[in-house]
Amino acid sequence: MCSHVVSSGASARNQPTIEYLTGAQIIVRTLLELGVDTIFGYTGAAVLPLFDEIDSENWRNIMAKKSDETKTGAQIIVDTLIEQGADTVFGYPGGVVLPLFDRLYDAPINFIIPRHEQGGCHMADAYARASGKVGVVIATSGPGACNLVTGLATAMMDSVPLVALTGQVRTDLIGNDAFQEADTTGITRPVTKYNCIVKDVKDLARVIREAFHIASTSRPGPVLVDIPVDVQVAKCQTDGRNEMNLPGYKVSTKGHARQISAAAAAINKSERPVLYVGGGVVIANASEELRALAQKAHLPVTMTLLGLGSFDQNDPESLDMLGMHGSAYANYAVQECDLLIAIGARFDDRVTGKVKGFAPNAKIIHIDIDPTSISKNVKVDIPVVGDAKHILTELLKEVEHRERAEWFKKIAEWKKKFPFSYDRKASTIKPQYVIEELCRQTEGRAIVTTGVGQNQMWAAQFFKFHGPRHFISSGGLGTMGFGLPAAVGAQVARPDAIVIDIDGDHSFNMTMTELSTAVENKLPIKVCILNNGYMGMVRQWQQLFYGRRYSKSYLSNPDYATVAEALGAVGITVDKKADVAGAIKKMLGEKKPCVVDFRVEREENVWPMVPAGKNINEMDGLDILESMA
Amino acid sequence: MKHIISALVENKPGVLAHVAGMFAARAFNIDSLVVGRTEDPKLSRMTIVVVGDDRVVEQVRKQLAKIVPVVKVQDFAGQPMVARDLMLVTISAPPEKRPEILSLIEMFKAKVVDIGTRQLMVEVCGPESKIEAFIDLCKPYGIKNVARTGTIAMPRQGSSEAKS
Ligand SMILES: Cc1ncc(C[n+]2csc(CCOP(=O)(O)OP(=O)(O)O)c2C)c(N)n1
Ligand SMILES: [Mg+2]
Repeated sequence: MCSHVVSSGASARNQPTIEYLTGAQIIVRTLLELGVDTIFGYTGAAVLPLFDEIDSENWRNIMAKKSDETKTGAQIIVDTLIEQGADTVFGYPGGVVLPLFDRLYDAPINFIIPRHEQGGCHMADAYARASGKVGVVIATSGPGACNLVTGLATAMMDSVPLVALTGQVRTDLIGNDAFQEADTTGITRPVTKYNCIVKDVKDLARVIREAFHIASTSRPGPVLVDIPVDVQVAKCQTDGRNEMNLPGYKVSTKGHARQISAAAAAINKSERPVLYVGGGVVIANASEELRALAQKAHLPVTMTLLGLGSFDQNDPESLDMLGMHGSAYANYAVQECDLLIAIGARFDDRVTGKVKGFAPNAKIIHIDIDPTSISKNVKVDIPVVGDAKHILTELLKEVEHRERAEWFKKIAEWKKKFPFSYDRKASTIKPQYVIEELCRQTEGRAIVTTGVGQNQMWAAQFFKFHGPRHFISSGGLGTMGFGLPAAVGAQVARPDAIVIDIDGDHSFNMTMTELSTAVENKLPIKVCILNNGYMGMVRQWQQLFYGRRYSKSYLSNPDYATVAEALGAVGITVDKKADVAGAIKKMLGEKKPCVVDFRVEREENVWPMVPAGKNINEMDGLDILESMA
Repeated sequence: MKHIISALVENKPGVLAHVAGMFAARAFNIDSLVVGRTEDPKLSRMTIVVVGDDRVVEQVRKQLAKIVPVVKVQDFAGQPMVARDLMLVTISAPPEKRPEILSLIEMFKAKVVDIGTRQLMVEVCGPESKIEAFIDLCKPYGIKNVARTGTIAMPRQGSSEAKS
């Protein structure tokens, strides 16, 4: 290390500059060249020359420059959000997030402020559902965090990738019932996929990266990170060595080859198969693979509420939605099939009816990324754990085409006999007619969000979707008030799309304040209120099961067109059937947010209906459908 | 059937709440739950005794594994293993009964850890059945207080591939 060598710099034009370096210098320079900026070592006689060189000014300067960058927690949050691709954030300020909001003042992030944190959370949720990206919502401590709970639970039930950042009181005040303190991680633990509090600014970048990773991989879900205000203010050196550390979190994507082959063999053998597809196929972006499988193997496809759009409903193989308010033909097909292939669906009670009597003649294949979904409600014969896109791709290689003419003939007969229908000759505005007209005028290409209740079921029954991420509805939790903020979030994600909230009057009442958010952000969302003056679905149950005692399911409503105008949107009232088509045309042409109040038939019911506890082929209302077919 | 489930978890705040909350939310019954440190300071071990049919216990196992800070889950059911409970029990022991009680203690290889004028505190360690038997046999003398740790367990050598 002490002998000198000659190193010739190649840069000189005339004469090569000659520099004499010691071996120790060569070692150090080479290490620097290779980007080594930290060395762990222990000195001794044989390495003294090297240590001497390492201690030289030159090295120290470089070291100092590399590690000098200190940032506040708030800056780290903003930088990590941008690093994770979060160019749009929904959030509402408050005392303990002020340091963060100060950093957001001029950050290159599109920031949408809702009128209520619940609305913000639904917006981030629908933004994620419409775009496939992670939605981000920010709220302050205490009341802000508590207002997120419904939104988080909604996202949790429907497996939506969401990151929520909440402020928290100063670390040294936690547990003292400080002003606006709430045990946010305690309150939100059951409604998040994961949550945690960050008490050391050094952990902040890593934890936010982990939050995005956990939210968006495997079965997605909301992740909440609680950040005390002093952690946002604290500074730390950022050395970029903040890698994720999640020893308990494994993402399994590939399905087991033998299970896939077993599934393919069962499909090839089946005379009467049915594909039962849930939201997992939408999340996995596996619609194309699903279409290919259904075509190649020739399989009829029925979808859950959240699965709608995963398969083109205009294709002859589509059986539309199944379950409590599903199509008669889907429910009959499931009950008579010899093989049920569930993909990214979870055998929810709204789908299965009486669990014991569900698909009684079928062998069941269940493809799902979440092992806890498998054999939770219904015993499965061939489980395949993994990503739907991968598994469908593999399955496609092994399935064979079969005509199954008899099976498809039977299905066609059911379709002909019991289509979704209603009294088209009625003089009143039938809510189903409004939806059919919306579908017709938008050629089924609109993004549709919904409230909860009859409006949601009719939207699912009468709007025929072509592709995924076009039907955005609160399925698992059934959250009234989801539709309007969801439309805002979806429009932010897809500025050029037609976004229509098909809503119920009372669902709309819950979050109508978010119309201001749409107006402020110039989002041309369309809101179609199917105004029956009732909590219609509650009224339907009271009619059918409580002897028409309409207890507390009626409330007086404001004049929605006036409300819309007051908030700066366009308001239209339609009370004649003849005006429906024209009003929709006008609405679709509006550049401003537009609310259309359709005064629909007040006591219309959703048919068919599987009463609670019945098998899904024991539907009420078939006579009504049949008579109007 | 009783299953002993062992979960290796990250040693982080909130993990116990997460696990306990999951059991409550999904209406699973916990017989006992013991948390302690392991040889690795970053990890703790939870030993959970649950009662349920195979389907329920399978769900418990999967739901545990799904919790982000849970690193590894094993079900020891049907495996050769060592399972132990520790109990401290205060028995009323007037002088005339002491010889009988002491011989019982002797037979159970238990230990007197505190003596008062009219009572004894005894430490008993062993499989749950032994602890239960000791309690039964002491009942006639009068049991004043019981504190038990719940079960901890480990597979025997050569059977480390418990279902996971
Ligand atoms: C937040 C919330 N509260 C209560 C309910 C129960 N619920 C389900 S549907 C419904 C009535 C919905 O009324 P409306 O929005 O007018 O829709 P409609 O059924 O009339 O189309 C109610 C109260 C719910 N799903 N969500
Ligand atoms: Mg209504």
